Order: sequence, then C-alpha cells, then structure tokens
Amino acid sequence: MVNEMSEEMGNEIRNEMLNAMNNQANKVMKSDLALLAPNKSFSEHLPIQFEGIHLAFAKRAIYSNLNLEIGAHGITAIMGPNGAGKSLILRLLAGLIQPDQGRVLYNGKSGLPAGQIGFVFQRPVLLRRSVQDNLLHALSLADVARVERPYRAQALLELGGMEHLTRSPARKLSGGEQQRLTLLRALAAKPGLLVLDEPSASLDPQATALIENIVRRASQCGVKVLLVTHDQGQAARLADDVMFVHKGQVQPVQPTDSFLKQPASREAKAYLAGELLID
Amino acid sequence: MQDFSQAFVQAFSLIGQADPTLIDIITLSLQVTFTAVSIACVLGFPIGAALAVGRFPGRMLLVVFLNSLMGLPPVVVGLVIYLFLSAAGPLGFLQLLYTPTAMVIAQVVLVTPIVAALARQVIEDLYSEYDEMLRAMNASRIQAIWTLIVDARYSLLTSALAGLGRALAEVGAVIIVGGNIANVTRVMTTTIALETSKGELALALGLGIILIVLSILINAALFLLKNSAQKRAYA
Repeated sequence: MVNEMSEEMGNEIRNEMLNAMNNQANKVMKSDLALLAPNKSFSEHLPIQFEGIHLAFAKRAIYSNLNLEIGAHGITAIMGPNGAGKSLILRLLAGLIQPDQGRVLYNGKSGLPAGQIGFVFQRPVLLRRSVQDNLLHALSLADVARVERPYRAQALLELGGMEHLTRSPARKLSGGEQQRLTLLRALAAKPGLLVLDEPSASLDPQATALIENIVRRASQCGVKVLLVTHDQGQAARLADDVMFVHKGQVQPVQPTDSFLKQPASREAKAYLAGELLID
Repeated sequence: MQDFSQAFVQAFSLIGQADPTLIDIITLSLQVTFTAVSIACVLGFPIGAALAVGRFPGRMLLVVFLNSLMGLPPVVVGLVIYLFLSAAGPLGFLQLLYTPTAMVIAQVVLVTPIVAALARQVIEDLYSEYDEMLRAMNASRIQAIWTLIVDARYSLLTSALAGLGRALAEVGAVIIVGGNIANVTRVMTTTIALETSKGELALALGLGIILIVLSILINAALFLLKNSAQKRAYA
C-alpha cells in the first residue's frame, strides 16, 4: 500500500516536472533565441524537393523515382516500417550519400546550404574528448570566434542540463546523455535545419523528455526539424505533420492529428495498428 | 667467464660513477634520436592521415609502397644519404657529413615510413567511425585530418614508440653518415659496436644496460599514459 502510494506520488511529481518543462518550452525564451535561432533564415532554402531519386545498394533498389517535397516550417516526422528508407531520406538531403539518379533541390537550387544542417544520428558518435571539448570542436568547425566558444559551449550545456558534466569524458556518459550531447553539438552551429534519426530510440522516458524539450525549443526558435521516429507518441507530442514512407514511396504529408486518427493510406493504417508491413 | 663478470662489474661502476664519456654518448644518442623521431612524427602523422582519409587513384599503390618502406635496409639508407651529403654529392655544399645532423637525417628517413604506415592504419580505423559525423559537421578535409590526429593521439603514441625503438637501436645508417667520431658523432649503438670489436666490454655493456633500461622506461611510461587515457575513454 505504502509502495503504491509512493509510486503514485513519484509519477505525479514526474508528470508535473514534465508539464512544467513543456509549459516553459512553450514560451520562447530570449536566451534560447540567442543560442538557437538560425544564423541565416532557412526559409530561403525551402521547399526541399527530391526529384526522380533512384538509389540502390548491392543491386537492390531502395528508391525508384522518389519525389517528395518538404516545405512547411515546424517539425516534420518521418514514419514508416523498418527498412523503408527513412534514414536514407535524411542522409540524401544532408548530402551524406549521393543518389544514383535524380537530385535534391533546396528552393529549386541543387547546392547544399553549407553549415546550415545539424544532424543527429541514431547511434551517438562522440569525440574522444571531454563533453566541453566536443562542443568546442563543433563551434570551431562552425567558425565561431575563439573567444566566444567557451561561452556558447557553456550556454549549450545549460540548455541541455549538462553543465555539471562539462569536464567529464564524453564517451563515459550514459546513452541518454550522449544523445543529448550530440543534439547540443548539432545545434552549436545554429543550423536552419535540424535532422534527427531516431534520436530517442532505446532511451528511457526521462532521457526522451529532455531530448524532446530541446528539439521543441529549437523549433520554436525557427529551426526546421525533420525527425525519423517509430514512436507514435513522440510524433504526437512533437510533430506538426507526418510523412509516411513505405516500399520506397513517400505518401503525402498529413498533419499529425489527422495522420494518427485517419491515415491516408491502408499501409499507414496497418503500420499504426502495429501490423508488420512486409515487402 | 671471470672476464664477463669483471666486465659487468666495470659496466655498473661506469654507470654508478656517471662516467663523463658515458654521459656524453648517452646525451648525444638521445638528442639525435628524439630529434629524429619528433621530425618523423611531424611528417609521418599527416602523411598517414592523408592516406587514410584521401580517396584518389593510386592510393592503394602508395599504401603498399609506404608499408614496404618500413623495412628499408639501414645501411642502404646510410649509403644513399652519404652519397647525397658527400663533398661530390648534390648536397655536399651543406657540409653535413659526419655531423649529428646527418645522423638525424638518416634516422628521419628510416623512421618516417614506420610512423606514417602505422599512423595510417590507426587513423583509417578511426575514420570509418567518424566519417559521417565529420561530413555532417561540414568539416573540410584538413579539419577532418586534424580531428582524427588529435583523437587518435594515444594510439599514435604507439606508432611513435615503434619509430623510437627503430631509431634507438639503429647502427648501420648512423655509422656511415656519422663516422662514429669520438665526442662528435659517437652514439650508444655505434660505441657498443666499436668497443665490442676492440674487446673493451665494460663500456659496451654499460651502454647496453642503459639502452635496455631506457627502452623499458619509455615503454612503461607510455603504457601508463595510454592506460589512464583508456580509463577515460580517450584512447
């Protein structure tokens, strides 16, 4: 009985904390704007269009004539079954892989907007350095003035609630902390587009909430966010709209509420119902 | 057998008394070796990193060539450098033959391929892990190479150590270009060779003992350093 009561109280406190965090996040703070607002507006690079993309690995076609358009501001979730090619969409638009045919256009131009994309991979890769040095390295690559770097790094660490870990070896952090650090590192350059590939896969709820809080605050500061996720709850909490990918084809973008309640396709409906979509 | 025991006693006595000849030889040896290894690291790390990161036609051939240079015969290197530095050679006007500088040059030629080839392997392994991250962060090729060198620093120490081992033990090349001149170019290995041929075992044994102790100390220090780095996940 006592255990049940304390568990209930614990849940209440945790929910209150998360609600408070979300309420706080809903107000755009001046400090967030200074830290996260993109250096250059990304609007001029929108929409992002994929035109006739063909991509194959080991003679297996992943995409044949893929066309899509990402235009809206805010947070767009990319959902779909495993192996649908969601992560490849992110890698294609960040220029990490090149299509066999077709092109990726940013507002009609084919040049990738240099330094305006922040990328968070599913598996965090951190430098063999301290937490602070990981951020300083990112700030240095972003050409931030040397004198400004320590202050920016400190502000980023405070944003992520990691200021007590400044001197800790980055690779000794927990999984959630490592992912939060990669997110802060991706934001260090003040990108206009933040791309996240399942950032909270295998993280506990607290770690996920902290990641989502930062993503939401970045979005409120004008950063366009693309998020690959399998988590319907995460899509509901974060995304303004959802793009569903299946069998190398992208279905029209739907507002999140509408996608979750009335998905436009039979495949999306089956996916949301938890059915296995086998190619 | 008694001669050997006597030689050991004399050797330890020379070490114990900090014999000036012994100290001069050790000092010169360390100067030449550490200078050569430092230069080899400055040259070898970027060469190794560039080969690890670069993608260009003929890269594999260069890698094979670099690996084969690790086994360069020291006497041949000594001979070639001798020809270059001799009075009739293209660099004869520099008057470097039979100077410690000539010995440094010979050791740099011998050690750089070792450092570069081992560095390439270390950095290539790290690059496969960092490649996407660095490209996503918009790092230039030079920035990527520098990041990899800094992050592979503890593993690169092992490459430097392999070079140091080669340089400390080197005889063939340094005796040709240095001439083994007393108080000028006489180093530990060349003295050991000379004194042994003369049957003067005490100095040779004393230097041999110091050479081995030095080697153990340097290895132990680097082992401890790397071990401590591994505990912090920096290596």
